Amino acid sequence: MVEIRFHGRGGQGTVVLTILLAKAFFQAGWQVQSFPFFGVERRGAPVEAYLRLDRAKILARTNVTTPDHVVVQDQTLLANISVTRGLKPGGWVLLNCATDPEDLSIYAGQQLACVDASRIALGHRLGSRTAPIVNTAMMGAFARMFGEPPMEAIIAAIREEVPAEPERNIAAAEEAYRDVRILGRIPVS
Amino acid sequence: MKRVLEGSHAVAEAVRLARIQVISAYPITPQTHIVEILSDYCASGKMNARFLRVESEHSCLAALIGAQSTGVRTFTATSSQGLALMHELLHWASGARLPIVMAEVNRALAPGWNIWTDQSDSLAQRDTGWMQFYCEDAQEVLDTMLMAYRLAEMVNLPAMVVLDAFFLSHTYEPVDVPEQEEVDRFLPAYVPEFRLDTAHPFALSPLVAPNAYMEMRREIAAAMDEALERLDSVEEKFAGIFGRRYGAVEAVCCDDADIVLVTSGTVTSTARILLEELRAKGEKIGILKIKLFRPFPVEAIRRALAGAKKIAVVDRNFSFGATGIFAQELRAALCNVPDHPPVFGFIAGLGGRDITTEVLASIVEQTKTADAPPAESIWIGLTEAAYAFGRP
Repeated sequence: MVEIRFHGRGGQGTVVLTILLAKAFFQAGWQVQSFPFFGVERRGAPVEAYLRLDRAKILARTNVTTPDHVVVQDQTLLANISVTRGLKPGGWVLLNCATDPEDLSIYAGQQLACVDASRIALGHRLGSRTAPIVNTAMMGAFARMFGEPPMEAIIAAIREEVPAEPERNIAAAEEAYRDVRILGRIPVS
Repeated sequence: MKRVLEGSHAVAEAVRLARIQVISAYPITPQTHIVEILSDYCASGKMNARFLRVESEHSCLAALIGAQSTGVRTFTATSSQGLALMHELLHWASGARLPIVMAEVNRALAPGWNIWTDQSDSLAQRDTGWMQFYCEDAQEVLDTMLMAYRLAEMVNLPAMVVLDAFFLSHTYEPVDVPEQEEVDRFLPAYVPEFRLDTAHPFALSPLVAPNAYMEMRREIAAAMDEALERLDSVEEKFAGIFGRRYGAVEAVCCDDADIVLVTSGTVTSTARILLEELRAKGEKIGILKIKLFRPFPVEAIRRALAGAKKIAVVDRNFSFGATGIFAQELRAALCNVPDHPPVFGFIAGLGGRDITTEVLASIVEQTKTADAPPAESIWIGLTEAAYAFGRP
C-alpha cells in the first residue's frame, strides 16, 4: 500500500487535490481511499489530506501517520510545520516553490521534486495573485514525479470533478507535468 | 458502475435511488454532506422530493412523522446532539409504526465539544424501537440503506443506518452505484398499511388505556422479531440482483479461534488486517462483526461464538455506571449458554481517537495473557490527563 500526505492551506484545494488524484488513480486501475484531516477547516489555516493506493481493496480505517510520500502546496508552511514528520526514508517530497530550496538538509535521505505551481496556476488565471488555486498544477507535477496516473486519467478526473474552467485546469496540469524539476535523492551529509 | 464516492454521498445516492418523497433535516456536522447533496438534488429536479427545512432536529422528525403518516417514503440524517434532541420523537415514530429510515453519522456527545466518531449517540437510542445497522464501508452503507427501507416497510418499524464519522462519512472510496431499474426491482413503490387521507378522515395515536397498551407494545416486540426473521430473505433478494450480502453478523475465522474480536463499524476493516497478520504467524484469531444491533441477533451470535475460547469486545462507546454497550449485550446473549467463554470488554477510540492495528493487537495480547477479565471494562490507551486547575 502507498500512503501520501498532502499539506496546504484552507482554500487552496488540498482536499480536492486528493479527490482528483483518487479518481485518476482509480481510473488507472488502483484501489483508492482519500480523506481530509478530520478537523475544522478554516481559510488560510494549515490543512492536511491523505490518499491511500493499493492493488487490493483498502481495509485500513485509520489516520496516516507514516506516509510514503508528501506533497506541499504552500512553501510558507515549512516555517511552522514539519512536513517530513513520519515520512518513510526514500519517500518523495513534492514542493510548490519558485526556486529550488537552498537548505536541503531537512530532505536528507528523501527524494525531492519542485514545481512553481503558483506561477503556473496564475498563468492560466486560476485564483488570484494572493491566493492562486494550485491543486491541478500540483496534480500534473505529481503524475510526472510518481510515474502515475497517466495524463488521460488526470484530464478525465478534472473534467468530472472541477466544474469551473476545466480546460484551464487541464492546461495547468499539463504545464506542471512538463515543468516539474526532479531533483531526486538528497544525500545524507 | 463503480465510482469514487464519499461515504456521505453513498447515502445520498441510496436516497435518490429509493425514490424518497419527503426529506427533512437540520444541519449538524458530520452528517452535513448527506443533506447538502440531497437539497441540491431536490432543487435541481434530479429528485422528485420535497425538502423540508426546519428549525431543529425535534421539528425535523415531527415533520417526517406527519409526512410518513400520509403514506410517503421519508428520510433524514443526523448526528450526536441532533439525535439526542430527536429522542422523544424516536419513540413516537416506532410507536406509530412508521417505517422512517435515518442515516445516523456516529459523533461524540458534548461536552467536551467533539465532532469525531463515537457510538454513544446511536447506542443511547437502543430502547426507542428503531432498528439499527452498523456499516463497515461506503458500499455497505449504500446497500444497507436500500435494504433498510425494504425491511422497515415490511414490518412497519423505523430504521437507523449508522456510519462512523469521518472514517466513513468523509472518506472517498470506490462504490458500485446501482442502476435505477435494478433498485426499482428490489425496492418497489411504498404501499403503506395505513395513511391519513382527507377523503376518509380518522384519528391516529389516540389515548390508549391499560387494557390495550401492553398488547400494542407486544406488537412492536413481535415486529422486531419478525424483522430479524425477514432480514435473510431481504438479503437473499438483494444478493440475487446486486451480488452482495452482509448478514446480521459476519463471523470471520471464528470456528477454530482461541480469541474472537467482536467489532462493529469501520473498526472491523482494520481488524481484518490484524487477523491476516496474526493468522500468518499461526495465532488463532477470529472476528465477529455485529452489523445488526436492533433487533439483536442473539441466536446467530451464540452460533458464531460456540467454539471460541475467549471473547474480546471492542466498544467505541460507554454506558456510565456500567460497561461498553456491545459488551453488555454480548454478555446478556451468552449468560444462559452453559460454559460460555469469558467476555473481555475493551473501551477504545472514544471521541474519534484512532483505533489502529496496534490498538487491536494490544487488545488481543491483553486477552491472551489473562485467564479472566481483570475488570468489567478495560480502557485502552489512556494518557495522564492535564488538569487546568491542578489536581485536588
